[in-house]
Amino acid sequence: MEHPVIDVVSLYPHDMNIYGDWGNVLTVTRRLSLYGYTPRVHAYNQGDAWPDHVDLILGGGGQDTGQGRIAEDLFLRADTLRKLAAEGTPMLTICGLYQLFGEYFETVAGERIEGIGIFGVYTQGHDVRMIGNLVEHSDRFGDIIGYENHSGQTFLRDGVRPLGVVDREGTGNNGKDHTEGAQVGNVIGTYMHGSLLPKNPRIADHLIRTAATRRYGEFHPDQTEEQRTALERLDAIAEQAREVAASRPR
Amino acid sequence: MAMNDESRPERDDGARVVVDDGAVTARAEAPAATHAAKPAGPNAAGGSVQVPRGHWWWPSALTPWAGRTAQWASRLAGHGGSALPGRVVEVLDPGFLARTLGTLPYGVVLVSGTNGKTTTTRMVALMLEQLGLKVFTNPTGSNFTRGVVSALMGAIDGRRPLDADIAVLELDEAYAVHFVRQIRPRYSLLLNVMRDQLDRFGEIDNTARLLGHVAQATTGTVVLNREDARIARLSEQVPDGTAVRYFGLVNSLRSYFPSDDDMHGTDIRRTAMSGTDVDDGAVDGADDGAASSAMAAFGAGGPGASLSGAPSSLIPGESPRLDVGREAFASTAQPADVTLRRVGDHEAEFLIDGATVGGRVRLEGIYNLFNAAAALTVVRSVLADAGRSVDGGRLMEALAEVTPAFGRGEVIEVQGAPVELLLVKNPMGFRLSLGSFPAPGHDTMIAICDEYADGRDMSWLWDVDFTSLRETGVAMVSGTRAWDMALRLGYDEVKVARTDTDLEESVERFVTANPGVPKHIYCTYTAMLRLRARLARLADVADAGVGR
Repeated sequence: MEHPVIDVVSLYPHDMNIYGDWGNVLTVTRRLSLYGYTPRVHAYNQGDAWPDHVDLILGGGGQDTGQGRIAEDLFLRADTLRKLAAEGTPMLTICGLYQLFGEYFETVAGERIEGIGIFGVYTQGHDVRMIGNLVEHSDRFGDIIGYENHSGQTFLRDGVRPLGVVDREGTGNNGKDHTEGAQVGNVIGTYMHGSLLPKNPRIADHLIRTAATRRYGEFHPDQTEEQRTALERLDAIAEQAREVAASRPR
Repeated sequence: MAMNDESRPERDDGARVVVDDGAVTARAEAPAATHAAKPAGPNAAGGSVQVPRGHWWWPSALTPWAGRTAQWASRLAGHGGSALPGRVVEVLDPGFLARTLGTLPYGVVLVSGTNGKTTTTRMVALMLEQLGLKVFTNPTGSNFTRGVVSALMGAIDGRRPLDADIAVLELDEAYAVHFVRQIRPRYSLLLNVMRDQLDRFGEIDNTARLLGHVAQATTGTVVLNREDARIARLSEQVPDGTAVRYFGLVNSLRSYFPSDDDMHGTDIRRTAMSGTDVDDGAVDGADDGAASSAMAAFGAGGPGASLSGAPSSLIPGESPRLDVGREAFASTAQPADVTLRRVGDHEAEFLIDGATVGGRVRLEGIYNLFNAAAALTVVRSVLADAGRSVDGGRLMEALAEVTPAFGRGEVIEVQGAPVELLLVKNPMGFRLSLGSFPAPGHDTMIAICDEYADGRDMSWLWDVDFTSLRETGVAMVSGTRAWDMALRLGYDEVKVARTDTDLEESVERFVTANPGVPKHIYCTYTAMLRLRARLARLADVADAGVGR
């Protein structure tokens, strides 16, 4: 097959794009190209037609106003997203969309914003923000390097797997139970920015591998020597960047 | 790598509560604390500012002396900073600021916003000086309350009042709130809100709320950016009796000065299409020529190439609403006092009172032409209140005299070749700089640090499009986060010749390589302080006025 297509949906890029989450889209598309696939990015904003084919979904964080603007549309698409999640479509949601993929978000003022319930998690608004460089440990992906910045504290229901564990209190999902993020099937939610995927290529490759396998029955990179070298160079730089990031103050 | 707290600029943390005797208004607004709850309310509109009293045991005539002693002591200690003297004075004499600035016949002009504060403040101050006023202003970079206090130390003597007609002060958004609790500005100029160091201010809507407090506290005229929906909306908070003036752009130029909402999603496509997608009409009588001349000023790729962040494979056209980011603007459109009409290479045309006036500018970067519209609006307000009428031609003469501020296109001559220092603090500023300083014919270095003043989070680099550097590549990447920057460039397929976290050694290697070739150095705040210090060993570097 000549450069098979992978359809990537960037969820609400207009309103849910703070904290450099664009870097995740860029990382997935560039790596897909270097593996010999043809990435097709669908920027899906509220009111848009839903793409015919979806292999991978990426969603970012937003401001309160942005979350308010997309909430209605997200509910219109909730069944579609839940179905895709149940079927095993790989997804990555950061911060705001991680929260909205949970059960609900309750603000400091006691207002309750419903989520679409893909993750068995709920979030409580808080006065204090958890901000800073963060390293979490994951069985699946090794150490995950990033930067958290959120005031919502997220709690996992019994049996829900976190993405990773953190060493210190005052960091991670809620500052208390040493968990960070959540995963159900092939759907990952996390507070990690940085952007996440450039410095954590193992997660990027996991999403890509899953998407390709689901669509074509296998992940079969068809790379030129040049593409292979380019990818190795990126990963060598990422390794250096990870090392520095992990050594910086919170 | 030697990079410790001492290399931070004198941005104090603002969290220390000023020692006061009951005057709540003297409390420092901690930037970090602004994430938490809504900032405490400002003084009620129309009410007077509570001026904190001094201490009974402290003779206020000694304040300048105490401040200067602290200044001297801190210079001696090798910091050369302005935070310590400011802190000393704030503790000993909390009423100092209000007392000293409160006597100025034309009051205080406060300039705030995410991008362009320093250069715009400089423009307002220098133009007013050109037009005959005696101006006090805070030097570059000291845009926090204690920096202002320290600057005042150098300007006053004992009990004599400050020898100036007007003060023009640049204040960082959070410190502006702290400042207006001590003294209410007669004029405020609110430039824009864009994503900056999110770890300091939280979300940009929160930053807009901070500026709302400034608007509420202003007694004379609030000058607002009509093209930034979050800023334009602040008009609702301006108290009765205070005037509102806008500065703006003709329609055909709007796509060259994107607001924060234009950074992503559907609006990327709109920006990328600009030049052909000129929606002429209505408000300002747009000029077709403007688009092409703006294009020329941006260099071959046009702004679409340098401002968009979309991969080429992004599929357009699924959204019925290409214009999302401008919706809010359309509903708040107001006639502007000064409108930027046309831009070119070191020249600009403005619409003022229905007439077109144009002139040369010495400032670098197309975005400074829009800042000039902002500065002109403030200057016109001040002059009108002073009962002076100055024609457009004279204003243009004054504008033509303004030179770039430190680190804002500052040029240092090293071994016969110009080295241009370009301060980058946030994605939009970085994008605009890349668009304004075409890389061909230059060697490029990028230095990214992650100290508190730079912002610890590297996410912002991913909101900048570096593809305009593909053609030339980047000769040197340095700073504490050099590898993050190299990774960012790698994903944009920009070749990097060398990556080295040792900033001092890197900058020396960079400026001495390729003699005679002009150079661009993009750098974050603390990176700039450090590399200026190193360049001072090799070349003539002006005193930055900010230490080190």
